[in-house]
Amino acid sequence: MALRPHFIHLRRYWYALSLLVILPGLVALLWHKVHDGRFLNWGIDFTGGSLIELRFHRAVELPEIRNVLARYGLEAAEVRQSGPADFLIRTRELTEEEGRAIIGDLDRQLGGATLLRNERVGAKIGSELAAKALTALFLGLILMGIYITVRFEFKQGVAAVVALLHDVLVTVGLLALFWIPVDSSFVPAILTVIGYSINDTIIIFDRIRENMRHIRKGETLEDVVNASLWQTLARSINTVLTVLFMLLALYFLGGSTLRHFILTMLIGVVSGCYSSICNASPVWVDLKLRERRRPQVRPARA
Amino acid sequence: MNFRRTVQLLMVAALIVVASVLALKPHVAPVSWLPLTNLLRLGLDLRGGVHVVLEAVDTPEATVTAEGVRQAMAVLENRINQFGVVEPVIQQQGARRIIVELAGIKDPDEAVQTLIKPAYLEFKTEEGQVIVTGRDLQDAREAKDPQSGEVEVNLTFTPVGARKFAEATLEATRVQPHKHIGIYLDGQLLQNPQVREPITTGKARITGYASLEEAHRIAVLLRSGALPVKLEIVEKRTVGPTLGSDSLDRSVKAGILGLGTILIFMIGYYRAPGLMANLALLLYMVLVLAVFTALKVTMTLPGIAGFLLSLGMAVDANIIIFERLKEELRAGRTLRAAIDVGFKRAFVAVFDANMTTLLAAAVLYYLGTGPVRGFAVTLSIGILTSMFTAVTVTRWLLHLLAGTGLVKNLKLYGA
Repeated sequence: MALRPHFIHLRRYWYALSLLVILPGLVALLWHKVHDGRFLNWGIDFTGGSLIELRFHRAVELPEIRNVLARYGLEAAEVRQSGPADFLIRTRELTEEEGRAIIGDLDRQLGGATLLRNERVGAKIGSELAAKALTALFLGLILMGIYITVRFEFKQGVAAVVALLHDVLVTVGLLALFWIPVDSSFVPAILTVIGYSINDTIIIFDRIRENMRHIRKGETLEDVVNASLWQTLARSINTVLTVLFMLLALYFLGGSTLRHFILTMLIGVVSGCYSSICNASPVWVDLKLRERRRPQVRPARA
Repeated sequence: MNFRRTVQLLMVAALIVVASVLALKPHVAPVSWLPLTNLLRLGLDLRGGVHVVLEAVDTPEATVTAEGVRQAMAVLENRINQFGVVEPVIQQQGARRIIVELAGIKDPDEAVQTLIKPAYLEFKTEEGQVIVTGRDLQDAREAKDPQSGEVEVNLTFTPVGARKFAEATLEATRVQPHKHIGIYLDGQLLQNPQVREPITTGKARITGYASLEEAHRIAVLLRSGALPVKLEIVEKRTVGPTLGSDSLDRSVKAGILGLGTILIFMIGYYRAPGLMANLALLLYMVLVLAVFTALKVTMTLPGIAGFLLSLGMAVDANIIIFERLKEELRAGRTLRAAIDVGFKRAFVAVFDANMTTLLAAAVLYYLGTGPVRGFAVTLSIGILTSMFTAVTVTRWLLHLLAGTGLVKNLKLYGA
């Protein structure tokens, strides 16, 4: 047989690699909380505020836009270029009158502009969305855990949820590290990632379940799990590839509106593929081995 | 080679390819519904429009009641109908919120402003006594005086209103001629005309507008009546038609590139079964689009992204099955037996895996609103359809292919 690393014997390295990605993300989360007052780069969907996207008819420089905004006391506004002639302006929540006046001024004074987007979200709506996002996340995780417990066993449910938490931490951590804006599409993105990752885990658990039935003498639990991982490896990689093809096409060709949604999914899908192979099954093996140690202790007590 | 089976397979393949091309590619000038995707309903973010969440707030004059919110929705509906918007959405959310969605209007911000105006009309005497209100109004129409060219709004009162108005003007002219009657809209004095003679016909007119459009807006407000509660904007999202069509265009391009890459990959890696999986994937795409059209699912930008991703995930079931097929062939089974055993063993895994994704979609649907719900629905339809195409259809196609005897070399099945 060709050189085949033993997935389970190497599990400490996989755990270390996971931590290597997660820890900087957690540090970034805390660092931003201290420096910017918020863990993540929440968009107006979560914080409340206004967002205006304009396409200018002539070449416009950033300071020109800032000058107009300054007249409304909006020096603190966040302005960035979102396309060749497109600019995105994010401010505190503007009233209808303020919004109209600013758009009118920018249009008249900077050589004409087409309104692409004008969004306004009240602070109350924003905090409601944040609460909903957390509920969705926990409800999703718990339901997945229950499903696996019913269809497989409790310890596999726990291992699967650990792998899902890994994906959430990796995704959220990287969002903080690279300060990627987080908008309302974050909730569907992270739940789809969870659904996708658990998908992968189940395929592997299913194979382990099947192989455990035909376990040969002298074969250890580690070996069975390792063999199952190798048997499903081609599938794991090919499936993540087909999804990545579509995500990458959407990332590079799709519009700017969806870019953060796609980026979140890209991170999550790669993490999901990794955690299904390198976290879920190894964690289950660890849980199983601990359970086996117990009966050896009990007779001694009796 | 089995001739009948071969013809059968080629016909099925041709049918699927033609259907998917008709579903996606336009360029059939005289047929307006080709490509089939033209029949899909597009969301606000794809065709431009405004999504606004209104919240009823308590004021000293009126506290919010369930009845008040219901009446407000009726008034909003009335006003929106006058804008001539196609398929507007007016929805209650929770106890105090109303969601309004208007697509394809020229100035959405202006429309929203008009929409939430209280529009309370009052005719008051000089002493500040209310004579008639908007409640007594039967109709209000804008018009242009053919002689003077002056823009005006003509009011017609209900019989009760006409009587009250007649009494008041009789009284006014009897006591002291040339008294004023103030016309107030939302507490603002619009006009303060003199009453020269009693008005008993139940008709009155207001003049002094800058344009016919302005008169039209006022007439609409008056006709639809006053809002019984104060409405405030808590969320508003306007998408210009430019960005909408831009997003749609880019997503379709990205989708075609992504789909093409998947098709090539599947043939390159899985050979003959890959070709069958590709046919099943195209069929999946056509079926899902058909279900979207039949269920009148509104396609939003996240919805399209979800659909495109489901194309990537739909082949997953096939990949699981084909990997299994390879193992069974290597274990020495015949082709037909390997197909059957491969599908049977892989089905449990495919089923469990898809169920969990359905669970995630259910959570999204339960907790989400608007576009997020749309995403959950498109995701669920995709999963259910892919279970059918990837398992049943591919299996049937593979048996058909095996039956033709075209591909004898088991290596082409991955053995």
